[in-house]
Amino acid sequence: MKEHISKQDLHLFEENILTKYRKNDSPLMQVLQESQNLYGCVPIEVQEVIGKHFRISPAKINGVVSFYSMFTLEPNGKNTVGVCLGTACYVKGGERLLDRVSERLEINLGETTKDGMFTLAPTRCVGACSSAPVIMVNDNIHGKVTSDDIPNIIEQYNK
Amino acid sequence: MTNIKIKINNQTIETDSSKTILQAAKDNGIIIPTFCNDDRLDPEASCRVCVVEIEGQKKLQTSCSTKVQDGMSISTNSDKVKKSRNEVIELMWSSHPNDCVVCDANEDCKLQDYMYQFDIKSENKYDGFKRTFETDKSNRFFYIEPDKCILCGKCVRICSELQGVEALGFNQRGHESFISFAYDKGMDFSNCVSCGNCVSNCPTGALMEKSKTKFRMHKTTKTRTTCPYCGVGCQFDIVSQDNKIVKIEPLNKLPNEGLLCVKGKFAYKYVNHKDRLTTPLIKENGAFREASWEEAYTLIHKKLTHYHNEFGKNSIAGLASAKCTNEENYLFQKFIRKYLLTNNVDHCARLCHASTVSGLATTLGSGAMTNSIAEVKNNEVIFVTGTNTTETHPVIGSFMRQAKKNGAKIIVAEPRKIDLAYDADVFIQIEPGTNVALFNAMMKVIYDEELYDQSFIEKRTENFEAFIKVIKDVDINENAEICGCNVKDIQEAARLYATHTSGIYYAMGVTQHSNGTNHVKSIANLALMTGNVGKKNAGINPLRGQNNVQGACDMGALPNNLPGYQKVYDETVRAKFEKAWDVPIDKNVGLQLPLIVNGAFSGTIKAMYIMGENPIVSDPDITHVKEAFNKVDFLVVQDIFMTETAMFADVILPASTYAEKDGTFTNTERRVQRVRKAIEPIGNSKPDGVIIQELMQKFDPNYTIKTAKEIMDEIAELTPIYQGIDYDRIDETGLQWPVKDKQHMGTEFLYPEEFGRGKGYFTPINYKGAAEKPDAEYPFILTTGRILYHFHTITMTGKNEEIMEMYPENFIEINPISAKKLNLKQDDYVVVSSRRGDTTAKVHVSKDIGEKVIFMPFHFADGANMVTNTVLDEVCKIPELKVCAVAIAKV
Repeated sequence: MKEHISKQDLHLFEENILTKYRKNDSPLMQVLQESQNLYGCVPIEVQEVIGKHFRISPAKINGVVSFYSMFTLEPNGKNTVGVCLGTACYVKGGERLLDRVSERLEINLGETTKDGMFTLAPTRCVGACSSAPVIMVNDNIHGKVTSDDIPNIIEQYNK
Repeated sequence: MTNIKIKINNQTIETDSSKTILQAAKDNGIIIPTFCNDDRLDPEASCRVCVVEIEGQKKLQTSCSTKVQDGMSISTNSDKVKKSRNEVIELMWSSHPNDCVVCDANEDCKLQDYMYQFDIKSENKYDGFKRTFETDKSNRFFYIEPDKCILCGKCVRICSELQGVEALGFNQRGHESFISFAYDKGMDFSNCVSCGNCVSNCPTGALMEKSKTKFRMHKTTKTRTTCPYCGVGCQFDIVSQDNKIVKIEPLNKLPNEGLLCVKGKFAYKYVNHKDRLTTPLIKENGAFREASWEEAYTLIHKKLTHYHNEFGKNSIAGLASAKCTNEENYLFQKFIRKYLLTNNVDHCARLCHASTVSGLATTLGSGAMTNSIAEVKNNEVIFVTGTNTTETHPVIGSFMRQAKKNGAKIIVAEPRKIDLAYDADVFIQIEPGTNVALFNAMMKVIYDEELYDQSFIEKRTENFEAFIKVIKDVDINENAEICGCNVKDIQEAARLYATHTSGIYYAMGVTQHSNGTNHVKSIANLALMTGNVGKKNAGINPLRGQNNVQGACDMGALPNNLPGYQKVYDETVRAKFEKAWDVPIDKNVGLQLPLIVNGAFSGTIKAMYIMGENPIVSDPDITHVKEAFNKVDFLVVQDIFMTETAMFADVILPASTYAEKDGTFTNTERRVQRVRKAIEPIGNSKPDGVIIQELMQKFDPNYTIKTAKEIMDEIAELTPIYQGIDYDRIDETGLQWPVKDKQHMGTEFLYPEEFGRGKGYFTPINYKGAAEKPDAEYPFILTTGRILYHFHTITMTGKNEEIMEMYPENFIEINPISAKKLNLKQDDYVVVSSRRGDTTAKVHVSKDIGEKVIFMPFHFADGANMVTNTVLDEVCKIPELKVCAVAIAKV
């Protein structure tokens, strides 16, 4: 699922949003966040508009966007699923859980299902180590998860 | 900066406090390993290999980013240092492919060197996750193999900070990080200019040239020489194996400071190209047959003597070459003047900077860049007009961008929105040929707002009164309308230029006009009025196009000048050369290039000798030039390839390239630099200087052949501006003329005290437009120019497959609005026609060009010059190549 942003929208983005940051010395992070909030992502066409507007090279913007996991090139799905790979969860088999979720959703880490329902997001420690291993869906934590729980957890959100 | 004492490995060292530990150590022969450090960049301390132990400090410090302090005691090799350093290298190695034996970077890889130097085992200590990436082969000249990247980031920083492009960047983070073009979408979606400066500086095999030749570094030889392309005169090493150039490595020396462009770095394949001319050829019954050198020389001698005796000395003309060395150009004009007794010698400088030579000689004293390339970086204001610097003189273009990063302001006045215009503080899109209207309007602003330098004008110049009378009458609004720009931009440009230390950089956009001399004089007015000449980081800087066009002019390959701009009509000058050469020298000025072509057309020129020039592509109105060449009775062409011009020859002599000869080139900043032989002449070809001298022997059996070094000694004796030049003195760094004697260190910038002619001369100049204006029949203005990847008539660049894949054919750039009106789409073909002729070109639609104007490169045979105008500047005879009226029709 790729959001198409029309030329007119891009123009409005430049007019209404980018111009706000004109006097800012290093506006990049803020305008990227604006895009992420507005479109749910920072697609290449938006990066290009930002680059031209502020005279920042595409390579540099791409570097920042790809560095931070809070920025995505494509919009996330309706639900964000994260399998914690923090130390405690990892020791408790988090990686195997991740493989199962990935199989179940038929997507790799960082990808979104075709129907736009789920995004499998890279996840580090969520601070619920006592319940390890943990799966987080949106803002909900599911603790002490076993492989067999996975279909149920996912089904809860698949509507 | 204070002198201090430190200890490194118990050795006491005197250094100064501005240095880093790494630099201070290096100055004293102690080499600390490093991947990410480069003297030209600010330290980044990312590779962590240069760590040292400082007495009294618990933590190890990176020597590249730590400044020395008085009394510091440093160890570069303590156990702690060794452990840390080796650990870092082992970690790099643990995710690096173990394929050195087949890697292109084998023997030229710092990782390999340090592993060996520090006894690190090749079996992996860490059995972790290995990164695997796709190799990015999207650039035609090099590939990116991120598996081999150690992420030192040097390429990214060089691309951004030195080259000023920022095509490369980091992608992702942590273990997944890799270097790529933006969005990892390849070169075509980036602004990469293929300069290869990333490749030259990659410490491993992550960025590698796509070599067509297999070679091993230990079998190669390196020869330092000067780049044969543009006038910047970049210094590099030719790396060769088995008489073949296998790669080019830039040198961190003046003037290029380690940078090169795509042509210098990658377009060397013409040297060993299969189509090189390798034997003399004689035309018989319309076809060429192979001949011996002896037979060719005998025929040339016989024929030239015949025309000389039968039709007089002025029935013969010679064209020297801005691609050949100083020594060869000196010999060529000596041959024409001494053995054929005529001043009919000229070369392609007539087509590029003749107006500079004539315009600056009369106002300042000599027609060359007043200031140096290195000064560009420290200019406060850079005024670029009539030059697309990042494409035509790429390294100077990069320095302009470095200046911008240092806070300089850039003014660009151009018919096209060139790349630099995007960096400009003021961009004025002028119509081609309206430069004088712009300069006059700027000077009017400067006058009205009293921004001129009164004391400079009083002390250093003359004729200000007559000049300012013309300026007082200038109507800024009217001139802005002529230029097609707005008044505000003119005012802003004028204020910026006048109130800072400003340098003007210009090229053919200013000179190639039917009033080119006046354009140049107008630039001189502007600089004189504001005192922006005769001082550092300013000046009037004509950017010379060819590697040695400055030198060919210096050497007297001009019909009015003997070497060093000494005039043929000056009796004392003639007396000096007559004594040295033992012949009478004609006191009459010879024919300029366009008049030689006209002479051939009308039948007064019977025989021509052309060394390394290609007028059948480079001269205006090709139909006329071809007819003229058909009419010449006897034509000798000396070249490295069968050029379009060589096809017309009666005798072709195979010459050697720059890589096969010794000599000197003089770059655009007047620096005389060595050219050194790296490989033996290809086939039966010979260096141009040898050919000319062997031919001289036919005319004079007593003539003994001299080496290039000996010829430079002869030049120095006869040429005051070259008096202090000899090969020993310019071995390491070239000297900038005038070099007054064997002790003089050359001249960084001209005229600090007084001008060459004494006082700077103001010339009153009224705007007069181009000779041909668009009309109903020919509604567009055609302007010509160069592109980054090609050079002049593409005799050399056209032999590089990668370049021909990118730019195989003639094209026009046209504004989208004009294209729409004519119903043209990208990649359509059109016929562009003028009153002289027509040519076919592909359509490139571009917003960077105005609606009334189209642009066409002049590189391609039967291309732009089929339509260009032959009208000449009255003074210097430069043709108006930059402006003509054309019509466009879809094919």
